[in-house]
Amino acid sequence: MKPGSTFGACAALVRRDLTLIWRRRGDALNPILFALIVVALFPFALGPEPDNLRRIAAGVVFVALLLSGLLALDTLFRGDYEDGSLEQLVLSPHPLALLLACKIAVHWLTTALPLLLVAPLLAEMLNLPHAVLPVLLAALALATPLLSLIGAVCVALTVGMRRSGMLLALLVLPLYVPVLIFGAGACNAAQAGLAFLAPLLWLGAGLVLAIVLAPLACAAALKISLS
Amino acid sequence: MSDFLAMGGYGSYIWPAYAVFVVVLAIDAIAPRLRRKHVLAEIRGKLKRRQARGATP
Amino acid sequence: MNALTLWFHKIGSPPTFYRIAGAFAPWLFGVALVLGAIALYGGLVMAPRDYQQGDAYRIIFVHVPCAWMGLFAYAFMAVNAFIALVWRIKLSEILAMASAPVGAAFTFVTLVTGSIWGKPMWGTWWTWDARLTSELVLLFLYLGVIGLYHAIEDRRQAARAASFLALIGIVNVPIVHFSVNWWNTLHQGQTVRLMGESHITGAMVWPLLLMALATHIWFFASVFARSRVGLLELEGGKDWAREVALADAGDAMVTSHV
Repeated sequence: MKPGSTFGACAALVRRDLTLIWRRRGDALNPILFALIVVALFPFALGPEPDNLRRIAAGVVFVALLLSGLLALDTLFRGDYEDGSLEQLVLSPHPLALLLACKIAVHWLTTALPLLLVAPLLAEMLNLPHAVLPVLLAALALATPLLSLIGAVCVALTVGMRRSGMLLALLVLPLYVPVLIFGAGACNAAQAGLAFLAPLLWLGAGLVLAIVLAPLACAAALKISLS
Repeated sequence: MSDFLAMGGYGSYIWPAYAVFVVVLAIDAIAPRLRRKHVLAEIRGKLKRRQARGATP
Repeated sequence: MNALTLWFHKIGSPPTFYRIAGAFAPWLFGVALVLGAIALYGGLVMAPRDYQQGDAYRIIFVHVPCAWMGLFAYAFMAVNAFIALVWRIKLSEILAMASAPVGAAFTFVTLVTGSIWGKPMWGTWWTWDARLTSELVLLFLYLGVIGLYHAIEDRRQAARAASFLALIGIVNVPIVHFSVNWWNTLHQGQTVRLMGESHITGAMVWPLLLMALATHIWFFASVFARSRVGLLELEGGKDWAREVALADAGDAMVTSHV
């Protein structure tokens, strides 16, 4: 791994991001806490009837993770934007799309992966049938990277805006809806005993497309908003 | 005439629908006019301030 | 430089386009209003009652043209967005941003009139089927583009960011159009086809098509009017904009002294 090579740059970036997050590892709990609270609110709102909760369980877990991910998206570029390293990244001779792909991957690893590990607990809180749990985890494993990738493109467009929370939510919503439809759709189909493979395959196809295209789009968006 | 307004019993659906169409398009036509007045006033204001400062336009 | 390229460059110049759009816009509005009035008369008075839906089907004469315009406006916006991003032509930036509110308005009317039509026909104000959902998503895309454009201070950067967003969202447009074919949906399928036979009778189709034409003309009239304002905003410090502003004040003073 030569210093100055692209692989060296990516490795250094990954190491730096992981170190920075490790120094504030308490913050990694925030998305988990938020998801737990959101899911816990539903039995209070709808009553504890297990059958009521069972019917909406998969969808609610999906929405809770989606919203937690949305809140966590802001941290993707904010730190780097505020201390100027984002500009340095954009100006670097290495392919920006590749560097951003590494950043997004680390971000997914540190925000979405903990949520995935908590998902069985969330599902249990809403009485999700145990047979559906593997489908839920598979759908989430495919959907959360997709949401991170799509979200990264939208965050890149609003980077540096001070109160961009609402605007960001408005921007990502139309793009998140298909992911949610297929992801929650697969779980609901599995719960009803119907075929659930097709939506999962669609999610997989979308994910593969996003892995290739989203970093490029994110790089273009960053160049526009930092220009 | 009242037959026409009743529209075979569906009048209370048809007329509000057409009203929404007309009202939204009216707003679409008027809003740029108001914005234009505002923008032109702003340009005049900026020009006045520049000239008051004695700056070359 | 050949004549076509020269003409193209001249049109793209802000003061020239401002003048041309200013000359055309009132006429386009007028023609749209006249054609729309004729279409409304044809749809509300002349067209016969539908054997299945009674008079309620008459909402089609506003609902469908607005639906078509919502998609057309997005395509127009996307084409200009692409030109703005690739070739950085100011006029394309302005035209793209001007078409967003008009498209949003048409999409909003589509959703509301569709909802009103759905109540007597399907028994519900709303249902989450493929076409309605994707049309709602289309409205959110428009609102996102408009919101992003107004959130950034520098007008050219704002237009480029919003154009980028518009291009990302374009994948939704074919989904809306084809949703009635791809998914089992409550919404009826295509009745008016570009190629092949339409499943709708003559007396009902001409007001529909005439209203579609009227809304298209209205769209261009509105985009012209809005882009004039957009150009003034963008070019506020330039001489031509200042001359327009001073002339406008002169008119105002004359009329107030009358």
